[in-house]
Amino acid sequence: MLDLGCGDGELLADLQQSLNIRGLGLEIDPDNITACIARGINVIDKNIDEGLASIKDNSFDTVVMTQALQVMHRPDQTVEEMLRIGKEGIVTFPNFAHWRARFYLALRGRMPVSKFLSYEWYDTPNIHFFTFKDFERLCIDRNIRIIERTVVDHNHRESWSNRLWPNMLGEISIYRITR
Amino acid sequence: MPDSLPANSVGIVVPRSIAFEQPLALCSGRVLPRYDLCVETYGELNSDKSNGVLICHALSGHHHAAGYHSMDEKKPGWWDSHIGPGKPIDTNKFFVVCLNNLGGCHGSTGPSSINPETGGPYGPDFPIVTVRDWVNSQARLADHFGIACWAAVVGGSLGGMQAMQWAIDYPDRIKHALVIASSPRLTAQNIAFNEVARQAISKDPLFNKGRYFENGDIPKTGLSLARMIGHITYLSDDGMGSKFGREMRQEKLSFDYDTQFEVESYLQYQGERFSTAFDANTYLLMTKALDYFDPASEHDNDLAKALGKAKCGFLVASFTTDWRFAPERSREITDALVEAGKEVCYAEIESNYGHDAFLISSPRYDAVMAAYMQRVERDMGVNNAG
Repeated sequence: MLDLGCGDGELLADLQQSLNIRGLGLEIDPDNITACIARGINVIDKNIDEGLASIKDNSFDTVVMTQALQVMHRPDQTVEEMLRIGKEGIVTFPNFAHWRARFYLALRGRMPVSKFLSYEWYDTPNIHFFTFKDFERLCIDRNIRIIERTVVDHNHRESWSNRLWPNMLGEISIYRITR
Repeated sequence: MPDSLPANSVGIVVPRSIAFEQPLALCSGRVLPRYDLCVETYGELNSDKSNGVLICHALSGHHHAAGYHSMDEKKPGWWDSHIGPGKPIDTNKFFVVCLNNLGGCHGSTGPSSINPETGGPYGPDFPIVTVRDWVNSQARLADHFGIACWAAVVGGSLGGMQAMQWAIDYPDRIKHALVIASSPRLTAQNIAFNEVARQAISKDPLFNKGRYFENGDIPKTGLSLARMIGHITYLSDDGMGSKFGREMRQEKLSFDYDTQFEVESYLQYQGERFSTAFDANTYLLMTKALDYFDPASEHDNDLAKALGKAKCGFLVASFTTDWRFAPERSREITDALVEAGKEVCYAEIESNYGHDAFLISSPRYDAVMAAYMQRVERDMGVNNAG
């Protein structure tokens, strides 16, 4: 498993322990890289935006990207690359069409700021805001098959409302994709 | 030397010479009938001999990696910044071994040693040795200590190449390789700089085809020049700028060819110091070992294939302003290891010190090395490294 933007390696560490996977993380933050090394996680100092060209096709069973797609300069290319180097991808991202974000923009006329998305418009690392429907449209356009989708709130919990009206009520989505 | 030893120093250390009476077959086809290795060790070997860490030196290095030989010694070993109690390579936990490689001029058999066949120094007759030859001699050193498997082999620059060669040639005798500021092979530019250094030495009027010792001479000018060139490649452009800038020795321009700028004076000093402390034939030999190292060449230039036999974990580390062995070289090593499915960590460390950065303590560098050595410690004595 390859984790793009693996942070301090917590996800890989959990999975290595519980599921006995062989993991590799890519990360750019120096402190996070040191934390991964200390945990025994294999981590490569790499800026994902610069491309993943050095990784060969189908090198991994699964490529994971949690809460980082919206930070990429070309999220579409990142997704394509994920599915070139991995047989399956798992992507999670915040939904910009959540009703609170819509109301904030519609009523206040300003880019949404919340406890969950707490940056200002000028210093946020999130440069591409997109919705579940946007992502699903991208998948259709690029011949990417969505195997599974789970919609959760910002505490990563599912609920009946998220399932009922995901693009309005879901805060984070988890997509499992493949070619 | 400080008035008293720092608490995190290995303290006073005594090097020793270990004799190897069995012939060593070399890559060149020649055989070294017997040889001595000058060695220093720090820390204690544990009961199951699983805590051995081998330190491999670079071009101008030697066995004295840490501590002091006496209270009069001005500077400690070349890697004292990273080897010692509580330091990243912690001598409270590991038995650290550092040797002077064959061909060296600090006590191990080399061009300045006596050739038993002639009764005089080998000089240019000493065989050219490769990184693989060094690793073979180091394997015998491990046998001497009863170490079946190193917890780690650690090296910077040419030392990192030795760590890679260990992983390839002795996959069952190394658990972790730390490959720092290194390269899978030299670029044309690297070789070009080595050649200029060699030309400087061999064209010195006192060189006498490598037999300078017959006249009691040393090719001081050539060796000095070689060091000056090397030294420039070890520093970064910005680093030299901030250290010297355009500082002058005296205020007015002298309009002659004497020393004007501080950097000139510094290089002359470095060259002068080196020329009396290092053997010219050894310098030539070391640059050849660098030029020849190319494990991928044995596998159709496929580095991933070359590293395929490795079983150990790898830490690869580079420094941003290193232009002798740029971060791109380390990324090549890392990419090959990922392609080969090996366990690898890679860190690109921000530094102003250029290639020399691997010898200098800095918070991020120390943290990365210490974190990886914690992994080395956990894997000690465990059967499977990865």
